[in-house]
Amino acid sequence: MSDRGHLKKTNLAATAPASITTAGPMTGLADGPRGAKPRRMLSTRTVIVYGTLFVAAAYYLLPLYVMIVTSLKGMPEIRLGNIFAPPLEVTFEPWVKAWSSACTGLNCDGLSRGFWNSVLITVPSTVVSIAIASVNGYALSNWRFKGADAFFTILVVGAFIPYQVMIYPIVIILREIGLYGSLYGLIIVHTIFGMPILTLLFRNYFAGLPEELFKAARVDGAGFWGIYFKIMVPMSLPIFVVAMILQVTGIWNDFLMGVVFTRPEYYPMTVQLNNIVNSVQGVKEYNVNMAATILTGAVPLLVYFVSGRLFVRGIAAGAVKG
Amino acid sequence: MTSVSVKDLRLSFGQVTVLDQLNLDIQEGEFLVLLGSSGCGKSTLLNCIAGLLDITDGQIFINGRNVTWDEPKDRGIGMVFQSYALYPQMTVEKNLSFGLKVAKLPQAEIDKRVKRAAEILQIGPLLKRKPSELSGGQRQRVAIGRALVRDVDVFLFDEPLSNLDAKLRSELRVEIKRLHQSLKNTMIYVTHDQIEALTLADRIAIMKGGVIQQLADPNTIYNAPKNMFVAGFIGSPSMNFLKGEIAAAVDGKPVFVAEGVTFSLDGYRTGEPLLPGRRVVLGVRPEHVKVDEPGVAAAERHEAVVDIEEPMGADNLLWLKNAGHTMAVRTAGSRRFSPGTKVRLSFDMSLASLFDAATEERI
Repeated sequence: MSDRGHLKKTNLAATAPASITTAGPMTGLADGPRGAKPRRMLSTRTVIVYGTLFVAAAYYLLPLYVMIVTSLKGMPEIRLGNIFAPPLEVTFEPWVKAWSSACTGLNCDGLSRGFWNSVLITVPSTVVSIAIASVNGYALSNWRFKGADAFFTILVVGAFIPYQVMIYPIVIILREIGLYGSLYGLIIVHTIFGMPILTLLFRNYFAGLPEELFKAARVDGAGFWGIYFKIMVPMSLPIFVVAMILQVTGIWNDFLMGVVFTRPEYYPMTVQLNNIVNSVQGVKEYNVNMAATILTGAVPLLVYFVSGRLFVRGIAAGAVKG
Repeated sequence: MTSVSVKDLRLSFGQVTVLDQLNLDIQEGEFLVLLGSSGCGKSTLLNCIAGLLDITDGQIFINGRNVTWDEPKDRGIGMVFQSYALYPQMTVEKNLSFGLKVAKLPQAEIDKRVKRAAEILQIGPLLKRKPSELSGGQRQRVAIGRALVRDVDVFLFDEPLSNLDAKLRSELRVEIKRLHQSLKNTMIYVTHDQIEALTLADRIAIMKGGVIQQLADPNTIYNAPKNMFVAGFIGSPSMNFLKGEIAAAVDGKPVFVAEGVTFSLDGYRTGEPLLPGRRVVLGVRPEHVKVDEPGVAAAERHEAVVDIEEPMGADNLLWLKNAGHTMAVRTAGSRRFSPGTKVRLSFDMSLASLFDAATEERI
């Protein structure tokens, strides 16, 4: 450091005759640092920050690594017990088996059946719940109808009641209307359970949009649905993505509802996975189990990767405006 | 002919009454400014006229038609908002034509009206842009355009210039005035800025606590304020208020007496007799105080000391101390006074205001 300062000083001295006459007010000030402040690469601070980040990342990535590595090994190699070692001989056999031929009870068609069940459950539940909740949120935030506050309070309370409390009553209700054990019953349950939190989400987002936009649209003559479809929805892409992610991951990962409200032929992927992994007879096929688990988790992961950027933006936009 | 008429308007939210027994008649082609500080009910009143708030009681007429129960779109109004309220996902052109499309006008008519509005407001080159690509002034122009294309009789402005910086504000102010002069529509304009009110208005309604304090042309509002609130609200710096009482001078003419000062009320014009002993407040605007004026009788002069001098270019603002009172005085910018200077003041009583100390109403 002192070396550099010294160098500069001599430099200045060399050009002194020209500059001294013009830089009158500068005389008397000691020459010192100039320009951008130098950054040190290896300070205590950076070591601690990056060290902590690295440890945290490793903590979360290691299990994933073990799963992937194990799923690519054959059973003989797994029995050697080196769970961290990369596979000597890469095989996709466990993945194929997990997808199409692993047995759960009497069915031996793997996870594929559960995958399609989950798709049939998740897509309509997500679409219907978001459609209804967004209109709810819009009505609650922009059209102050009579009893709006009471309705909203009830809805919010609903968001905090544990699912377990409601399972038995819902079983009875579904039985009485003849939907118990069917896919439709489960779709209805998911739609209803998603409603409080989604309505809250949409209401707060819409409340954060400038009220004057809504007023301007009313002066322009747009009605309830006109304002919703032409003004509100186009402005709310981020919150729709957030709601989509919440619903897709929530419904896809659901186990409890799936196992309670459906019959074995309609079991969603998570229940199917549990049945494969927890099957008591025969050899524990760790590689198949690992592959099956990754396959089941793939859909929410994919949703995160594709829309993660929008997810963050949606949450942040809500935070700033709220 | 009356363009907008508000009769016995009352608006309550639950137990809270925001506007009560409010009456207001606006002539055709008039530029009326609703002026007041925030929370005085001026924007609320405008929203009631627009139909964006459901009123509790009373009636609203626009162009002789009772529109009390009508939707905003059916009232024949166009509205401009403070935050511009442009639809962010639409281009300027779509923003302008949205209301017309909703009203299912033929495309040729829509194009004609958009083109005309764009010409009047000089936003033709911006038609294909999104609002996010416009400056604040351009956005507000588009917002005015959106009211313009509706081809309505009454324009409502809700603090349209408050979000703009000072330079743009004065530019657009002139443009709004020009627009009014060429269109001759009725305009109701809400603002808290007294300069906007004084420069734009044919008449100003000053509001406080949901009540119209005074409704008059800018000149009357400025020179003959009806009460102390109006007097203090309009003018910058505020009118000087001196508390005192009326006394009878030796010659029997009324004088104003306050702590250490006595002013003759000879030139003050009023219909009421100025009875001695009445507690009053004398109000004098800073520019109506003369400093070291030659040819003023010694009895009419009062000594004061310059406390602070604020040169403002064209004017020079002096803060004076006079027997316990502080007083603002405006002099020509060319006259300079250093702090501590003793000056002699004289008032032009014909331009002063006298208020009753108890009711705060003008005498």
